[in-house]
Amino acid sequence: MTDTFHSSTPIYSQLTERINKQILRGELKPGDKLPSVREMGLKVNVNPNTVQRTYRELEGMMIVESRRGQGTFVTENQSILQEMRERLKQEEISQFVASMHEMGYDNEEIETGLQSYLTKDKEDTE
Amino acid sequence: MIELENVNKRFMKKSALQDVSLELTKGKIIGLVGENGSGKSTTLKLIAGLVHPSKGSVKVNGNPVDRRIASQVSYLSELDDYYGFYNVGQTIDFFAEQFADFNKEKAEEIRAFMKLDPDAKLKQLSKGNRGRLKIVLTLAREVPVILMDEPLSGLDPMVRDSIVKGLISFIDLEHQIVLITTHEIKEIETILDEVIAIRDGRIIGHHNVEQLRIEENQGIVEWMTSIYDREIH
Repeated sequence: MTDTFHSSTPIYSQLTERINKQILRGELKPGDKLPSVREMGLKVNVNPNTVQRTYRELEGMMIVESRRGQGTFVTENQSILQEMRERLKQEEISQFVASMHEMGYDNEEIETGLQSYLTKDKEDTE
Repeated sequence: MIELENVNKRFMKKSALQDVSLELTKGKIIGLVGENGSGKSTTLKLIAGLVHPSKGSVKVNGNPVDRRIASQVSYLSELDDYYGFYNVGQTIDFFAEQFADFNKEKAEEIRAFMKLDPDAKLKQLSKGNRGRLKIVLTLAREVPVILMDEPLSGLDPMVRDSIVKGLISFIDLEHQIVLITTHEIKEIETILDEVIAIRDGRIIGHHNVEQLRIEENQGIVEWMTSIYDREIH
């Protein structure tokens, strides 16, 4: 969590993304409490106002919920988490495909390329 | 909370600030950036009531700034001229006597956070630890306005990091506003809410930093480079 931020992209969205990934990886589990705004600020060297904005953003996406006087918690609503998982996958794929198209590959090449890559990857890990 | 209206400041024949207008609201950490001699320190001193405008007005919380503003403003000077024969603890005690708003418990907390030995004599402190002590003394005051003149200047990366962390931990963003002058943008850019660029005594830009990233796709350094270029051409 101590990696630096890109200076030219909004920090709140970079931090939102980091927390989402922690949830995807299971480092943050449903029902887990997020660090307080100040603790999180200290951990990642970010202005508490920015952390506040990140938490509000996550709350808007219903990925976390804040409980008065207790803090901010990862939602236990599995369908929201499942939806986030699906959405981030789609985003990543569409970025990948767009940049492949930009370089002139067609869909067929992408598909076969991906398949052979994944097969090789599977063999390597076996 | 802090208002400068058409402020000019001359020292003898030399103009330090020209037609500076600013409106700063509480709950923010604001960076004042620019080259040496651009007017950063003069701006802070005007708000601290240490120098007076030649023209225009400076207000804090709606009141014109004069020497009594010291009760609302905690000012960290670029210099560090404390009493060398005091130790860290005695310096904290001395400040507690000087300022009614000085919170000794908070000072103790920040001192521990900065890992400063209360018995260390000031004249034996390293430059980095003197920098840390200044942060203790500045942030322990419970005042609406905190002004810091080059708090990171000339300090090594470890010290700079501890100062940035000290700011995150101990500033009360519900009630305070913090104005920091700095050259070291990299260290501090993730904790700034706003940035003001000053050049030859004039404000050449004032932005919300996240907005800058959203709208212009620029970090502070890129933004500064682009407005400086625009000024020259």
